[in-house]
Amino acid sequence: MNLHEYQAKELFRRYSVPVPAGNIAENTSEARTAARKLGVYPLVVKAQIHAGGRGKGGAVRFATSEQEVADATAAILSTPLLTAQTGMTGAVARRVLVEQWIDPARELYLSITADRESATLLIMASQAGGMDIEAVAAATPEKIIKVKVNPLLGLQPFHCRQVAFGLELPAALLQPFTDLLTGLFRLFMENDCTLMEINPLAITKAGQLIALDAKIDLDDNGLRRHPELMNWRDEGEEDPLELAAARAGLNYIKLNGNIGNLVNGAGLAMATMDLIKQGGGEPANFLDVGGGASSAMIEEGLRIILSNPKVKGILINIFGGILRCDVLATGIIQAAKNNEIKVPVVVRLEGTNAEKGRRLLAESGLELITAADLADAAAKISAIVKNGECA
Amino acid sequence: MSIFINQHTRLLVQGLTGREGQFHARQCREYGARVVAGVTPGKGGQEMDGIPVFDTVREAVTATGANCSLLFVPPLLAADAILEAAESGIPLIVAITEHIPVLDMFRVKRYLDGLPSRLIGPNCPGLISPGLCKVGIMPGSIHLPGGIGVISRSGTLTYEVVHQLTREGLGQSTCIGIGGDPVVGTSFLDCLAAFEDDPQTTGVVLVGEIGGNAEEEAAAFVAEKMSKPVVGFIAGLTAPPGRRMGHAGAIVSGSGTTAASKVAALEAAGIRVCRGLSSLGRTCKEIFN
Repeated sequence: MNLHEYQAKELFRRYSVPVPAGNIAENTSEARTAARKLGVYPLVVKAQIHAGGRGKGGAVRFATSEQEVADATAAILSTPLLTAQTGMTGAVARRVLVEQWIDPARELYLSITADRESATLLIMASQAGGMDIEAVAAATPEKIIKVKVNPLLGLQPFHCRQVAFGLELPAALLQPFTDLLTGLFRLFMENDCTLMEINPLAITKAGQLIALDAKIDLDDNGLRRHPELMNWRDEGEEDPLELAAARAGLNYIKLNGNIGNLVNGAGLAMATMDLIKQGGGEPANFLDVGGGASSAMIEEGLRIILSNPKVKGILINIFGGILRCDVLATGIIQAAKNNEIKVPVVVRLEGTNAEKGRRLLAESGLELITAADLADAAAKISAIVKNGECA
Repeated sequence: MSIFINQHTRLLVQGLTGREGQFHARQCREYGARVVAGVTPGKGGQEMDGIPVFDTVREAVTATGANCSLLFVPPLLAADAILEAAESGIPLIVAITEHIPVLDMFRVKRYLDGLPSRLIGPNCPGLISPGLCKVGIMPGSIHLPGGIGVISRSGTLTYEVVHQLTREGLGQSTCIGIGGDPVVGTSFLDCLAAFEDDPQTTGVVLVGEIGGNAEEEAAAFVAEKMSKPVVGFIAGLTAPPGRRMGHAGAIVSGSGTTAASKVAALEAAGIRVCRGLSSLGRTCKEIFN
């Protein structure tokens, strides 16, 4: 789960990590109030949206008066943000952060990530703050400071010194920087973070450290330990179909193709998508119904696939282990009764109770295309794609 | 022969009295595994189908000589259960549990570095040595004893692969699901090394997917150290970047590798990579016969 900048900054405050004063607003009148509460100019108005690349997309605006704050807010809340991450259609922010503007003397980059390969916490820092870290890494890898922290040991003062001296901080900033990094590290470990990034981390002209931006990703699997953070989820940032699927306990990702698919198991689902592509189609989704799906979950999965108007055919591929094929068949039959299925459906069942499942489908009177094995299923999906092209 | 488990495996089930624990302990026993104990804190002294239940792993090991633990413990309690098994001297720990917080697994992984225990998983189907022993949740009936080792990051995708092998008459020595999480106890590398040393194993099928660099490491190992033929398969060629594809570890990240780059790495190491899942069995027959 991704946090918004204003949420991440709220966590920073709790761990004594300095951030600019700021208030959140959902419309121009709230933005005016937010500005009046801050009482100083200039201010910045920043779109609160999960997509990155805001600086380039006009989603961060400078304001020197209450009127300019209102204008900036109106512009941000009505203009779709087009960045590499939002795609061609863009996304519109629904909130802005009105914040004190800081004129930095220096801008640094600082992040902590969970490094899967080494099972350590990886601290990365660079003097080229404000820039895309991947661009810095590609152009001048020697300018990135990397320090790995063993999770059993935790952050030690020497780790902080390695980063601080690597950044060529003045000696006077060593203690404030150590305090800041220690706070960030505790925040990371205590809240099940997977990524935390400050870009830029500013040194003000008065010589103080302050986090001008904040990005935090949380581990979905750790969220149950943090009920407050769970409530911070912004469902408005999520695809409605994906949200409906998640509520039903299904793992669904919407894609741009024309062939829907329903599979048990993530690896088999990915391989099935690849097979659709190799047959000339494009997968319209990823859908893993999991090991213990009930027939009601199968029905809901099919309903979600069918609510995507681009879907011209569906491949159901089940290798029954814990999920029995007869349960799957019952779900398909139920879905067909409750939803009008206008597109061809290819069904391939194998494993536990496969015979029983096939018999249930055959006796249901539904017009399903059964596949003998995976090769047969791939061929039949391929034929559907080709027919679609002719029609 | 086989790797990691065989007819001498004495199986302990952590979380035996839960719904999944009961169901799969019975399935493992039906397949021929010797299920000697269960552990559920607070239920010590009870029995499940004649299997004695203990409060702690240490008691269970002392009383029954268990040497392998199969874990069905809820995600937020699982790291603790793995550590308990390791501290009790269990040499092989198989964690089926999905959704363990990743920072919990970081601590477990680093702690196990200093202990002799091997962890398989988490978020995996377990492992099976066909005809000898099953420590996991896979359907036993699709397997056939033989000489092919199977290693995979998935569950049902492994079943599909095994099913195709069996249909082609290619039996298996041991089939291992190492798990779909970002941090797993046993890597492709560990399994490849064990298969290389196992006299029964004549060839290996390696089933990878997007995320991390386990496949690249495996490719380097095969090129340098393996004498036995390896067939590869990579899932996720059509997976969009930045999205987690069901498995917590299956994600194409900004600077990381893709399915295509994994295929290229395997091929550069001389591994025959099968592009379409539907023809994997046939490809294996060609290479292994």
